[in-house]
Amino acid sequence: MKYMLLIFNDEAKMKAVPKDEPNKMMPAYTAYTEAMRTAGILRGGERLQYGSNATTIRVADGKTKVLNGPYIEAKEQLAGFYLIDVADLDSALSWAARCPAASTGVVEVRPVWEMY
Amino acid sequence: MGDVLTGTPDSATRAAAEAVARQSYGKLVAYLASRSRDVAAAEDALSEAFASALGEWPHHGVPDKPEAWLLTVARRKVLDSGRRARTRDAAIPDLRLIAEEAASKDECMPEIPDERLALMFACAHPAIDENVRAPLMLQTILGFDAAAIASAFLVAPATMGQRLVRAKQKIKRAGIPFRLPDHADLEERLEAVLEAIYATFTEGWSDPTGTETRQRNLAEEGIWLGRLVVSLLPEEAEAQGLLALMLYAEARRAARRDAEGNYIPLAEQDTTCWDVTLIQEGEHLLRTASRRGKTGRYQLEAAIQSAHVVRRQTGRSDWIAIEGLYDVLHIMTGSPVVAINRAVAIAETRGPAAALQALDALRDDPRLKEYQPYWAAQADLLARAGRTSEAAGAYQLAVGLEPDPAIRRFLLRRCAALSSLQPSLSD
Repeated sequence: MKYMLLIFNDEAKMKAVPKDEPNKMMPAYTAYTEAMRTAGILRGGERLQYGSNATTIRVADGKTKVLNGPYIEAKEQLAGFYLIDVADLDSALSWAARCPAASTGVVEVRPVWEMY
Repeated sequence: MGDVLTGTPDSATRAAAEAVARQSYGKLVAYLASRSRDVAAAEDALSEAFASALGEWPHHGVPDKPEAWLLTVARRKVLDSGRRARTRDAAIPDLRLIAEEAASKDECMPEIPDERLALMFACAHPAIDENVRAPLMLQTILGFDAAAIASAFLVAPATMGQRLVRAKQKIKRAGIPFRLPDHADLEERLEAVLEAIYATFTEGWSDPTGTETRQRNLAEEGIWLGRLVVSLLPEEAEAQGLLALMLYAEARRAARRDAEGNYIPLAEQDTTCWDVTLIQEGEHLLRTASRRGKTGRYQLEAAIQSAHVVRRQTGRSDWIAIEGLYDVLHIMTGSPVVAINRAVAIAETRGPAAALQALDALRDDPRLKEYQPYWAAQADLLARAGRTSEAAGAYQLAVGLEPDPAIRRFLLRRCAALSSLQPSLSD
C-alpha cells in the first residue's frame, strides 16, 4: 500500500537557528532517505519552503481569491513529505518513526486513496 | 451472539448449533478478512451463511465439518453479491479475494487457520479509536450486532453503528495488518487487546440499574475472550493474569446482592456463595503466570483478589499482602483509584487514622472530586475514626455521585447508622 508521510515542523524553531550554522538535521535526512531508497519503498519526497512562502487560492462565484500564506495558520507547518509503498500500516508507522521529523515535530501517516 | 442467533428456539440441537457457530464465527471472519482486510464484506457473507446454518442445523444436525459448510455457503453468497455488484467495480477485487479464500478451504481441507488473535490485534490497533476497540472485538469475534453492543455500552445504537463502520473502514483503508505484532511491539499491543477485553468484562460487571444483568451481561463474553487469548498466547503471563482477575470477580457474582437486590460489600459477602470452581481456576492461572517471572498490572490485581478469597478458609482477607500488592501496583500505575484501595487496606493493617492520612495525599486530585469510591472510602474511614459528622458529609457526596440505586441504598443505610455508632464500636 502507498502511504504519504507528511512532515510537520515548528518553523519558528527552525528559523531561530543562525544562518551560518550548518544544518544539523541534514545528515539525518540524507541517511533516512537513503535507507528508504535501499529498502526499495521510496516513491518520492521533497522538502518544502516555509509556510510564509505559501500562497492559498480559492475560486468562488467565478472569482479567484488569492491569499498570502498557508491554508492553516498553525505553529507546526507542513515542511515536507515522503511517498512510500509498503505492506501495511505497521510497516508505514515504523518507517515514519525513523523519520528525523518524528523527534522534532510530528509525522502524519496517510494512506493513499488507491484508484482501481 | 446477537443478530446471527435469533430465530426459533429448539433445545439441545439448537444449543449445539449455537456453540459451533460461536466458536466458528470469529474464526471465519478473521480468516476471510485476513487478506482483503475487508471485515465488513466478510461479515456480510458470513451472516447469511450463519442464518442458513441456524435454520438447517437444528433440524438436520450439525455437519461433520461445520466450518467448511459455512465457508461453502459464504462463498456462494459472495459470488452472488459479486454478480449483483458487477457495476460497482470497486468492490469486486475484495469480494473475489474473499471468495478465493473461501474456495481454497471449502473442500477436503484440514483445519482452517485460526487468525482470531490477528483480528483482535487489528481491532485493538493503536490506530483504532480506543473506545471502539472492545465493541469491535465483540462484533467481529463474537458476532454481536451494533444494537446489542450499543445497549451494553450505553451508547445510542446509531452512534455505535457509525463508530463500528468507521473503524472497519479504517482497518481496510489505512491498511491495518492482520498479524501478530513484531516482538518489539507485542507487549504494548497486547496490553491494548487485554484492556479491550477487560473493558468488555467490566461493562458487564458494573450494572448500574441492577435489573438488566442478563441482557447486559458482557462479563461472560469478556471471560470468553480472555480464555481465547490465553489459549492462543499461552506464554503471556499478563493474559493469564487478566483471565484470573476476571474469574475471581465472576466467582463472587452471586454474593454481591442479597435476595432483595441490596448491594453487599466484599467484606460482608457470604463466602459460601462464592463459586469455588472459578476461584480454583483463577488460582491455578495465577500460579502458572507467576512462574513466567514477568509480573504486570493484571497479575497484581488478580493476586489481590486471591488474597481476598483466603477469607473462605481463614475468615479474614490477607490485608498485609493486599497492602503490599497495592503498594507495587501504585508504583507501577500511579493510579488514584489504586491509591484509594491502598488506603482501605491500610485501615485494616494500621487503623483508620493511618488510612485517612494516606487518603489525604489524594485530596487535591481533581479527578477524584466526582469519583464515588473516593468519597465512600473517605466516609467509611472517617466513621471508623469516630469523626461522624465529617463522615456524614462524605456519605452525602458519595450517594449523590452514585448511579446504581442498590449502592445508593447501601450508602444511605451506612450514613443513617452513623448516629447510633460510637467510636469505640467502629472496628
